[in-house]
Amino acid sequence: MMDMLVLVLSGLSIAIGVVALLIGSLGLIKLPDVYCRIHAVGMIDTAGASFIILGMIIHQGFSLVSFKLALICVLWFFTSPIATHAVAQVAHKMGVKPVGRHLVKSAPAKKSKGKS
Amino acid sequence: MMMIVAITACAVCLVMALVRTALGPTAFDRVLAVNAIGTLVILGIALHGFIMGRPEFVDIALLYAILNFIGTFAVLKIFSTGSLGDHSTGAK
Repeated sequence: MMDMLVLVLSGLSIAIGVVALLIGSLGLIKLPDVYCRIHAVGMIDTAGASFIILGMIIHQGFSLVSFKLALICVLWFFTSPIATHAVAQVAHKMGVKPVGRHLVKSAPAKKSKGKS
Repeated sequence: MMMIVAITACAVCLVMALVRTALGPTAFDRVLAVNAIGTLVILGIALHGFIMGRPEFVDIALLYAILNFIGTFAVLKIFSTGSLGDHSTGAK
């Protein structure tokens, strides 16, 4: 009974993580701009990876390996927003313009939209 | 069983991130895609250890997590200031 419960819970958590991973990766291809793609990468880093690691922790039980997995999860939880924020800050500083409704008429927005 | 599905999804997502790395218009798209590839490789290492029955691969995954973070910041610092901080010219 308990083994069945652990199996179902870890499988459900890994399934949620896989769905988030696929959605985030599809957004990385389909979205039109750097600032939009940062959103998709944040989804891969937090939702997908955290749920898959939670599933592995439930599968493993309480041991040193699950403690290390939780350490990876905490490290991601703090470093991934910092990294994506730094990418956005440097892109804004180097003059990358976001694609918006008021910028549709300008040439670079159309060019990047056609490329992606 | 579920772990094999997860590592297959990791491989598919890694191919998608490689496509974005190949045709990203600006350099920041490429930095972002390489960051995502690092995350997926870390997940793949941990899942591979669980599938093969040797969960000690988690140590290598932890090391890669730290290296991925520091590597992203090093590349961004080269883009933004032009050097890795020899003469302490940051914070401008």
